[in-house]
Amino acid sequence: MSTQDAGMVIVGAGEAGARAAMALREHGYTGTVTLIGEERHLPYERPPLSKAAMTSVAEPTAAFILDEERLTANRIGHISGVRATSIDRIGHTVQLDNDRRVPYAKLLIATGARPRKIAIPGAGSENVLYLRNFSDALAMRARLQPGIRLVVIGGGFIGLEIAASAIARGCSVIVVEMAPRILGRAVPAEIAAVVADHHARAGVTLIVGVGLTAIERDGTDEIVVLADGRRLVCDAIIAGVGAIPECGLAEIAGLTVENGVRVNAQLVTDDPDILAAGDCCSFPHPIFDGRRLRLEAWRNAQDQGNHAARSMLGAMEAYDRVPWFWSDQHDQTLQIAGLPDEGDTAVVRDLGGAPMYFHLKAGRLVGASAVGPIGKVARDIRLAEMLIQKRARPDPVLLADPTVKLKSLLPTEPVAA
Amino acid sequence: MTNWIDACAPDDIDEEDVIRFDHGTVSLALYRLEDDRFFATDGFCTHEQVHLSNGLVMGKIIECPKHNGRFDVTTGEAKGAPVCVNLKTYPVKVESGRVFVDLG
Ligand SMILES: Cc1cc2nc3c(=O)[nH]c(=O)nc-3n(C[C@H](O)[C@H](O)[C@H](O)COP(=O)(O)OP(=O)(O)OC[C@H]3O[C@@H](n4cnc5c(N)ncnc54)[C@H](O)[C@@H]3O)c2cc1C
Ligand code: FES
Repeated sequence: MSTQDAGMVIVGAGEAGARAAMALREHGYTGTVTLIGEERHLPYERPPLSKAAMTSVAEPTAAFILDEERLTANRIGHISGVRATSIDRIGHTVQLDNDRRVPYAKLLIATGARPRKIAIPGAGSENVLYLRNFSDALAMRARLQPGIRLVVIGGGFIGLEIAASAIARGCSVIVVEMAPRILGRAVPAEIAAVVADHHARAGVTLIVGVGLTAIERDGTDEIVVLADGRRLVCDAIIAGVGAIPECGLAEIAGLTVENGVRVNAQLVTDDPDILAAGDCCSFPHPIFDGRRLRLEAWRNAQDQGNHAARSMLGAMEAYDRVPWFWSDQHDQTLQIAGLPDEGDTAVVRDLGGAPMYFHLKAGRLVGASAVGPIGKVARDIRLAEMLIQKRARPDPVLLADPTVKLKSLLPTEPVAA
Repeated sequence: MTNWIDACAPDDIDEEDVIRFDHGTVSLALYRLEDDRFFATDGFCTHEQVHLSNGLVMGKIIECPKHNGRFDVTTGEAKGAPVCVNLKTYPVKVESGRVFVDLG
């Protein structure tokens, strides 16, 4: 097969894909760049979907990552509203569902993740909603009218952000979480408790440690039946019970998939000409002894898109950016750097009423988390991230002392691993 | 036209740091770099309108507290995703122990 026109092809025009397309140009690539996405929109950011897009007074527009002008100026071919259905690895082509075949020299899979569906009787009701894309957000917003009784299933980030937005819109909100506490392992219990307290104060009812058995219909009411027999009568149900990486293309192509498309430190799959980035990939993290991670985080998607572009152009560096995540709920920001669950010891610092936790593993800083007004938490989390990146071993006494500036703990020379 | 406004004393800003300065309808971020030079830009990030005064100054870069968008404080230039729109900058001078900003 002729690979005359074969350039760089990216499947999935979300955060990672759009970023990769731009990065190819920023790093000097002059050949063809094709960005294929099944959504009909220009690439847009997902984080506002559960936040500003829900609470804004005016009808929201998507927060676009790239507009027509930048796509044209950077000669990025954007094929939208079209799904890639298979990869011919020998012929180096991607098959699209509009019968087109696109040749590639290097292919990036940046297909993201989709919401996990709840699997209990009655879950198929049209009143059970999920949130991943802009049209989901518009549909959800239309349902969240004042006075609506809402049950949110899942006390993870998406569920809690929607709960906060729904309360702000005048709904009544109950969140049901099966685990003994909200936010799971990624967030320390103390921080989760502060978040839970803010929800309670805002009027959200949290029910934890109880599973669901069914969703029943009674006239126009929906009833969420809990394992302990409680029956929650509501108008709409929003499920935020995790996401499943979108790996279909990789599976069909015979690439290894294990909790995401498996890639190496350069984000390359088993096939040297196919890479993966963002929510859909599982990668080894050098800072955490090669622990394999799959992150569902906006900055990771952006940074991996950028890194994958460099790998596509022949760079051999390992992706080693420290994981970083934020969530906005009510007037609070939660920020996490690194992996708090890697730590064996926690140290707390008081950021003027906002708690910050440092997580150390055998003396090395591996995670930090804080919740509070953004002005109190952001800087110190950013500095903690830099300490983690440098594999620093800060003195716990200094970490706990709010009068010690974290900036002063940054090693000037990189510290040996 | 120049319109020099007395903003603060030099020591109101720590070395390699930033403060917020509001005047009338404008809100600025005032920076002091490690080499004791002072700069001023529009206060709000061009990504999601978060105030930069809670951000981190490193060298001549201010990093937005919200999503770490970066700007060069000396030119206002956006230094890559997620920010792509530059910040407006304002002339600054230090005179008689005060920092002045030209709001034009
Ligand atoms: C509601 C919501 C709120 C969030 N809030 C935060 C937050 O506050 N903080 C944070 O850090 N992260 C947040 N995230 C996570 C963040 O948005 C994701 O990590 C990020 O979008 C992942 O980028 P991605 O490019 O990997 O995937 P996506 O952005 O999901 O993009 C993947 C794209 O690929 C397309 N696609 C899939 N399969 C195919 C195919 N076969 N052919 C063509 N196109 C295909 C999809 O339609 C999609 O457009 C949030 C996510 C959601 C959904
Ligand atoms: S608000 Fe500044 S980077 Fe997003």
